Amino acid sequence: MSRAFCTAGFRTLFVKELMRFWKVSFQTVFAPIVNALLYLVVFAHVLEERVQVYEGVPYRAFLVPGLVMMATLQNAFANSSSSLIQSKMTGNIIFMLLPPLSHVEIFLAYVLAAVARGVIVGGGVLAVTLFLAPVPFMHPLWIITFALGGAAILGAMGLLAGIWADKVDQLAAFQNFVILPFTFLSGVFYSIHSLSATWQLVSRANPFFFMIDGFRYGFFGVSDVDPWSSLAVIVGTFAVLAAVNLTMLRTGYKLRT
Amino acid sequence: MTAQAAIRVEALAKRFGSLQALDGIDLEVRCGEFFGLLGPNGAGKTTLISILAGLCRPDAGRATVMGHDVRTDYRNARRMLGVVPQEIVFDPFFSVRETLVIQSGYFGLRHNDAWIDEILEHLGLSSKAGANMRSLSGGMKRRVLVAQALVHRPPVIILDEPTAGVDVELRQSLWRFIRRLNEDGHTIVLTTHYLEEAEALCGRIAMMKGGRVIALDTTANLVGRMRDRVVVRLTLSAGALPPAMAARVVSSEGASHVLRLPDPAEVEPLLAQVREAGGQIAELSVTQPDLEEVFVQTMRGTLAGTQSA
Ligand SMILES: Nc1ncnc2c1ncn2[C@@H]1O[C@H](COP(=O)(O)OP(=O)(O)OP(=O)(O)O)[C@@H](O)[C@H]1O
Ligand SMILES: [Mg+2]
Repeated sequence: MSRAFCTAGFRTLFVKELMRFWKVSFQTVFAPIVNALLYLVVFAHVLEERVQVYEGVPYRAFLVPGLVMMATLQNAFANSSSSLIQSKMTGNIIFMLLPPLSHVEIFLAYVLAAVARGVIVGGGVLAVTLFLAPVPFMHPLWIITFALGGAAILGAMGLLAGIWADKVDQLAAFQNFVILPFTFLSGVFYSIHSLSATWQLVSRANPFFFMIDGFRYGFFGVSDVDPWSSLAVIVGTFAVLAAVNLTMLRTGYKLRT
Repeated sequence: MTAQAAIRVEALAKRFGSLQALDGIDLEVRCGEFFGLLGPNGAGKTTLISILAGLCRPDAGRATVMGHDVRTDYRNARRMLGVVPQEIVFDPFFSVRETLVIQSGYFGLRHNDAWIDEILEHLGLSSKAGANMRSLSGGMKRRVLVAQALVHRPPVIILDEPTAGVDVELRQSLWRFIRRLNEDGHTIVLTTHYLEEAEALCGRIAMMKGGRVIALDTTANLVGRMRDRVVVRLTLSAGALPPAMAARVVSSEGASHVLRLPDPAEVEPLLAQVREAGGQIAELSVTQPDLEEVFVQTMRGTLAGTQSA
């Protein structure tokens, strides 16, 4: 797999995917940052007095890592999924299918471009929200690890959904009925310790929960689950998604009739 | 041993649901040939090309490009092949030059600017190099498709109806360019519905129908097989054709008749008979069959023994 990183084919596809969102960065980067800012302002205003999740951490600050992660995940997913479905709908996917690109090159290029967009948007949200809600940075390495891991998982999910979907509305369904609920129920706006025992158990079946919990640990040094366990879940989830994606790309599922 | 085949297809079959799109195709295109692939809509031409390009997977059979199997050795097979797709497709995010630089990169070529400039020049795209793909006219977009197929200088170039919807000027400059590529040693495979185009350009022609190759020969042989035949079109201002001629008549419309004769020597006696029977000829034309005539008859199944060479 390491050889695929140095090939011109991989680099071209990766750079093309970066250019694709960067050329329309107003929609793909700026708009999501404004969105996240709105969430912060509204939720913090409404809930500030009533909710305290961790000792000594104001709700507004607690919210920041969750919003940053949510923006990262949603944009990573949007990047690979929308790029692929657009290529399929317009037919220009053949430009990628005719050359001798390997399934590993295609997988890595799409996922890494998705990670780049996720991290850029997430970083933007963090930079802007810091003015409104200062947060500590207890373990920067964990912050980076979980941001990259979460974005990679969602980038791979986006690739999978983009290959699978035949129409834009199928992709929208995937986004509304899978990605959105999993993100919202993962503890972006609350700690799962505030839930009943049953719901805590259910939350632990959600890989998104581990991404956000581990990410938050990097800021506050406090989390619901040990960050190493979260990391293990993330690595495992990514491995499964990578295997499914690579198999689909190798066999030409839905791409080569 | 003959020279290596540019394309070799053996017993290729492909089914879409209940439709047998390809029904056992055997074909060999030799290196350096200018080869024509003709057939009515739905004959399976694009499906065959898609299998060669790896866009479509065959149910049975085998295909190679320059000796590389399109499935087991796909990387090398694809390097050898440039395909101009039938449908106009483009990526609206990029300019013409960006499109070509990206396409080069997919083939592993990082410094391809000199060749890209040359292609742009030959296809009359130089002034549009910086234009966004979205802003180009249909014919211009098609030129870019041709350019994209050529970025990696493939030894085998397949053009799936490249001149559909293209103006006369481009058609001629495109053919000059493609001919030159052919003279430089590139193998060219062309599908077109303009038969005079195929007759002028292709050395050999395969005619497909219903997923099968129903005629395969040199263009000269295909047309030559009918060279001894002539088509007579005549319009009578008075009288009628003698009944004895009914067997020669292909079609009649009022006083206008089309007759086919097996031998040009029969024209003179025919006209004499018409006059003898009291007919007066107002208009007359005598033509030799061209590829179009061969095509029509082959598709009707009235031209026997075309499968050879
Ligand atoms: N992806 C597909 N799914 C279902 N049927 C298909 C598909 N692709 C092609 N076909 C069918 O296979 C047959 C052959 O199609 P093909 O496109 O190869 O014809 P063609 O010879 O290129 O025709 P044309 O001259 O119109 O381009 C047609 O009946 C077509 O409807
Ligand atoms: Mg076709």
